[in-house]
Amino acid sequence: MNHTLIKYLAISCLLLLLTACSNDSQESVDPRAITGQLTLTGSSTIAPLIGEMAKRFEQTHPDTRVDVQTGGSSRGVADARRGTADIGMVSRALNEEEGDLTAYPIALDGVAMILHRDNPLTVLSAEQIIAIYTGKVTHWNEIGGADAPITVVNKAEGRSTLELFLSYFQLRNEDIKPSIIIGDNQQGIRTVAADPNAIGYVSIGTAAYEASRGTAIKALPMEGVEATLENVRNGAFPLSRPLHLVTLGTAEQIPALARTFIEYAASAEVSDLTEAQYFVPLTH
Amino acid sequence: MADRIATVVMWGVALLITSTFAWIVGDLLVQGLPHISWDFLSSSPADAGRAGGILPILVSTLLILAVCMAVAIPLGVGTAVLLSEFGRRNQIFGRLVRYSLDVLAGVPSIVFGLFGNAFFSLYLGMGFSILSGGLTLACMVLPLLIRSTETGLRAVPDDYRRAAAALGLSVFTTLWRILLPAATPGLIAGLVLGIGRALAETAALLFTSGYVDRMPGSLLDSGRSLSIHIYDLAMNVPGGESNAYASAVVLIVLLLIINALTFRAADRWLQQRITPV
Amino acid sequence: MSRSRTDVPLLWTLRAVAALAGAITLLIVAFLILEAWPALQSPGIAHFLTDSSWFPASTAPQFNLLPMVVGTLVATLGAMLLATPLGVAAALFSRFYAPPVVATWFRRLLELLAGIPSVVYGFWGLVVLTPLIRQWAPPGQSLLAAILILSLMILPTIALLSETALRSIPRAYLQGAASLGLSRWATVIGVALPAARTGIASSILLAAGRAIGETMAVLMVAGNIVQVPDSLFAPVRTLTANIALELGYALEGHRAALFVSGLILLVLILLLVSLSRWIMREELNVTAGIEPYNEEARAPHG
Repeated sequence: MNHTLIKYLAISCLLLLLTACSNDSQESVDPRAITGQLTLTGSSTIAPLIGEMAKRFEQTHPDTRVDVQTGGSSRGVADARRGTADIGMVSRALNEEEGDLTAYPIALDGVAMILHRDNPLTVLSAEQIIAIYTGKVTHWNEIGGADAPITVVNKAEGRSTLELFLSYFQLRNEDIKPSIIIGDNQQGIRTVAADPNAIGYVSIGTAAYEASRGTAIKALPMEGVEATLENVRNGAFPLSRPLHLVTLGTAEQIPALARTFIEYAASAEVSDLTEAQYFVPLTH
Repeated sequence: MADRIATVVMWGVALLITSTFAWIVGDLLVQGLPHISWDFLSSSPADAGRAGGILPILVSTLLILAVCMAVAIPLGVGTAVLLSEFGRRNQIFGRLVRYSLDVLAGVPSIVFGLFGNAFFSLYLGMGFSILSGGLTLACMVLPLLIRSTETGLRAVPDDYRRAAAALGLSVFTTLWRILLPAATPGLIAGLVLGIGRALAETAALLFTSGYVDRMPGSLLDSGRSLSIHIYDLAMNVPGGESNAYASAVVLIVLLLIINALTFRAADRWLQQRITPV
Repeated sequence: MSRSRTDVPLLWTLRAVAALAGAITLLIVAFLILEAWPALQSPGIAHFLTDSSWFPASTAPQFNLLPMVVGTLVATLGAMLLATPLGVAAALFSRFYAPPVVATWFRRLLELLAGIPSVVYGFWGLVVLTPLIRQWAPPGQSLLAAILILSLMILPTIALLSETALRSIPRAYLQGAASLGLSRWATVIGVALPAARTGIASSILLAAGRAIGETMAVLMVAGNIVQVPDSLFAPVRTLTANIALELGYALEGHRAALFVSGLILLVLILLLVSLSRWIMREELNVTAGIEPYNEEARAPHG
């Protein structure tokens, strides 16, 4: 019984290896003549969304294969440049040094300030948020809250939500006096949900979703505008960012498959997927 | 008196460890078990992993592990044998190798990932693939395997070596028939730790075997491991926790099964050889 | 004591295998230096030690890594101090104190724990452990949380490998101790631990490597503030967390600076390894072997 199992496993491994080799030789004949293989790398925020789009794209375009990798926006930029990826995923606007790349927006995302659900405060002004993040206000009772020290949750250097936050409040990262620095979005939500005295900022769709399913957080309105996906969609919410696909060279210079996929990712055909991942599809 | 205190302390420590770990594993089971079903094990992920199952991810995980162990075991055992049995004649060489292995043991997994990406994926042209992921993991578990095999070999009484020499057995026979079987407990401990480490690894695989959750067609396809799936669901996918917990439970059960198979395989191997004791 | 013809090729095969294993580290070091090179040239290594803080992506970038070096060392040291006695005690328990059935189950448990992904430990730490610590001393994500989580993660390594070392003590030693009428504790202290000390030491060394290199779990519970911690409850950032937090979003100079974190980490490990080498120098020279030139190694070690 055991022996047959082991034999079976050994044979299947061998077969896998063989198919691997044959694949390889096919590809090495002419790497440019990709019969429908596309690799995307980059932002961990966008990767789950593009992964879903890729699955649907493969169904409607049967002879294609779209591989999605993750690892961060700068990896998307680097891989698109180096040719390791056909398309990069970048959750921020491109900067001046990245003029060799072309960016295609595919969806919008907003950034919301969040507090713990039990925090009595429901509104913070921009001045109060700046005072909290620069360490001028260190206890909630200074601005009408509980008698407790504020846990200031900031994002790690380079993250696009941090950049958006800084530029909106016109702050420099050096001026911020954080109590905790976090990486991914969900870590921010967990951290604030676990600490009644915390303040942080996260992706707006996930904040709304988590609050709706009972996670102990609440999103604050900005400039009197409620933090909802609807307000990001209609442009009323002040803190929003586009999510991009990027390629080396312009749309005319890239292979047809990549161009087709980029158009597909921004099209109305996949806006239900975008919404299902708590982002805002582009309006058509 | 000291004896009695020591006994109490030992049981206390064991209880402390068991209860802490029962806490963690219990937490996992409570949150994860309700979401596990045959359907979960036999279907592909959907809706970024919130819905659907983990079948392709299980397959990729096993393939990555197989590649890792197929490379790491011969390399590890060979190195351990050289270090412990031929250490005298290769003192400087052996010392250098040991040094480098000790350093290797402390290299952070994310550095392994970046290295694997640069070396296996790009330089050797394997791309994002199960192969480059498995090879990267092999580099990672190597120090564990070597250290524990060495500990096992060191523990073999020199009488065995002398007896083998007196019988005129060749070095190879001595190794294969006597020393390695006698050192099996060490090898097993290293294997079990290495398998655990490989199954648990996230950062090293993110950049090598990748993120694709499709059923792999070959070892050159990208394949998402269970640990990466757990990481992605927990950190990047809102609403992914319940499936993250369920995947963690599956990972633990998988580990139990693989460990049990490892022990059985070792027993068989031992029985086929002349083993003293 | 004849050497058969298969022995010479065997020896060379083993040498080649060992050389390959050893070369991996060299490859990794070369890779790190290559990636870090731009930052080592400009701003230059001095900046990583003397700048006032760590703001690698700002317009006037600052690159001080020292607080993170301290964070890494303190977190590792704390975890070693906690996990070593617990791990060795767990090994002794399983070898000498537990009834066989209990010992087997206890070992299975430890093996399981070695295979729990760090993100699961981190998640547990974030959701369960840090809120507990926060009730004492906010913000909860702290050096202490990092030390506790790291201890949990390296405990199985120490316990399992030490247990292996204890199990491979020649039976005669223990029989000797028993015939002398030594108590269990006296046997442990006087015979077992000394006889297994090389194996135990190497398990501790491996665990230290794991603690230094651990990333995801620490990142989730340590708070990640770049500062020299002034108490157990202060947040810290380790070198590994620094790489993992920022690398995905770092561009040229910033990226190279993160690879300098990696290089410094390797230097730290090298120092620790050398230190432990120096401490255990006698043990390491006692090597048995099957090669025919080691008459002097025939004395039973321990």
